[in-house]
Amino acid sequence: MRPGLGRHILLRLLSGVFVLWGAATLCFLTVSLRGDTVGAILGPGQPPTPELRRQIIAEYGLDDPWLVQYGRRLRELLTGDLGWSYQRDQPVARLLADQIGPTLQLAVAAALLSVLLAVAATLLTAGRGRLVRAAVSGLELLAVSLPNFWVGTVLLALFSFTFPIFPAVGAPGPAGLVLPAFALALPAAGVLAQVMRQELETAETRPFAVSVLARGAGLFHLRARHTLRHAALPVVTLSGWVLGSLAGGAVLIENIFARPGLGRLLASAAASRDLPVVTAIVLLSAAAFVVINLVVDLLYPLIDPRLRAEAAR
Amino acid sequence: MTATTFTARRAPAAGRPVFAAGLAVLALALLVVLFPALFATHDPDATDFARTFQPPGADHFFGTDQLGRDVFSRVVYGARVSLTIALGATAIGVLGGMLLGLLSAVGGRIVDGVLMRCVDVLLAFPELILALLVVAVIGGGAVNIAVAIGTAAIPAYARVVRGQAGTVILSEYVEAARVLGVRRSVYLARHVVPNVAGPVVVLASIGGGTAIVTAAGLSLLGLGPPQPTAEWGAMLAEGKDLLGTAWWIAVFPGMTVALVVVAFTLVGRNLQVRSLR
Repeated sequence: MRPGLGRHILLRLLSGVFVLWGAATLCFLTVSLRGDTVGAILGPGQPPTPELRRQIIAEYGLDDPWLVQYGRRLRELLTGDLGWSYQRDQPVARLLADQIGPTLQLAVAAALLSVLLAVAATLLTAGRGRLVRAAVSGLELLAVSLPNFWVGTVLLALFSFTFPIFPAVGAPGPAGLVLPAFALALPAAGVLAQVMRQELETAETRPFAVSVLARGAGLFHLRARHTLRHAALPVVTLSGWVLGSLAGGAVLIENIFARPGLGRLLASAAASRDLPVVTAIVLLSAAAFVVINLVVDLLYPLIDPRLRAEAAR
Repeated sequence: MTATTFTARRAPAAGRPVFAAGLAVLALALLVVLFPALFATHDPDATDFARTFQPPGADHFFGTDQLGRDVFSRVVYGARVSLTIALGATAIGVLGGMLLGLLSAVGGRIVDGVLMRCVDVLLAFPELILALLVVAVIGGGAVNIAVAIGTAAIPAYARVVRGQAGTVILSEYVEAARVLGVRRSVYLARHVVPNVAGPVVVLASIGGGTAIVTAAGLSLLGLGPPQPTAEWGAMLAEGKDLLGTAWWIAVFPGMTVALVVVAFTLVGRNLQVRSLR
């Protein structure tokens, strides 16, 4: 155990808590910025009678000083109470619980796929001639910059309608997961492949790699046992970024493929300006980001023995 | 990293022809935005119920949609809407980022600390999700999504400006200006801003591409300009339910977004490589 490790973990935890608090505060502020909370709760339609207005203000405590409302909101969040959806008239927590499954499936599938694609691209192209490298960096550029919703549309047009290999929109089950997961994984795979390839090539010019080869080991052995571990490091570091890319992308991909999920819920809640739902999903994505980064931070010494060696000295 | 490297390999920079191609696409896009009538072959909003769902051909380059409108002409006219939203968003992001970044760089420890912690919090969200939060507060529509996308981009720009301005302010020429008694607003405008502008322009050329994608994405979700405005994301949204009958209604507007974004990315990355030399 590193001597400074406890302190380090504590600091990281604190900064994670700080980000979450900031996110919660931001969300609280947006609800106030929206203004006319009574109108938002009732939704479009007839203007409320003064009677009804008074009733809602009393029920939601809207005439309390804002500091009191803020404190109450934070307390509610800490106890897992995410509020009440304006438009759907349901607890937000239940809405999220209903929709999180399909999104998690999609995100996990896409995350695995992006790593798989990146590793394959790296192994096939690292250290190759100029032509292969140019072609691959071109492909990586396309993967990174093509809009995922367009990739999804083209995949659907090709593989669901022209050649009906995969089921079309809204299909449950693993077969329906292939196309959306691929479209979602592509940008992340592009970035990971770029970084991994560079790292692998750098690692293979190091003395240890040369000495492994000099002992007569083949390239496969070198990569399987040694250099791929180096190349995996940036992937771990980029986990938080990958999560963000998947979370943002899922909103559009779920829409294109007409899949249920948090992204779809977020889009429709934003359209109907259902702030309790929107802020809850925003908070959830921030929480996921914080947790992933924390886990990465804790895992890092386990993956990179150099960090442990440094600590032992 | 302590290990020595035998050969320091450089990341291959895309060559001059690629840069030129990217610039050419952007120049063409600018022409289309300024003079759509020169490029369009039909009235973008004219419906023709005798010619619905025509596949792409000599008459209709990108085919016709469910109302018999010419998809190519709608893509041409859509350029103005889509690219103006993206441009507005990028301008908001850059200006806001400049303002916050400079304020943070000159504002002393407390201002700097508070602002940069706020930026840290905001960077924990994917930009699209932040933009959706803003849309939920201010509502949809062309202007509002430009504001939303721009606001969501501010933290990233602010971070870069803060870093850059921090080094520039410590440089000797700014020190000299300060010692000579030049007022802060003057040396900020004369020395700091121009030196910060370079990296920001590079970032904005990549960010502009992202803004186009996000704008099209928000319209795709039905949050952009109302129907029947020709806008790339909205066209894609309309076409995606008709993929089985007429793939071209959704695919071509999306392809245009992709083309422009790739051009922005190519130009941006080349500028980045050049500025590092």
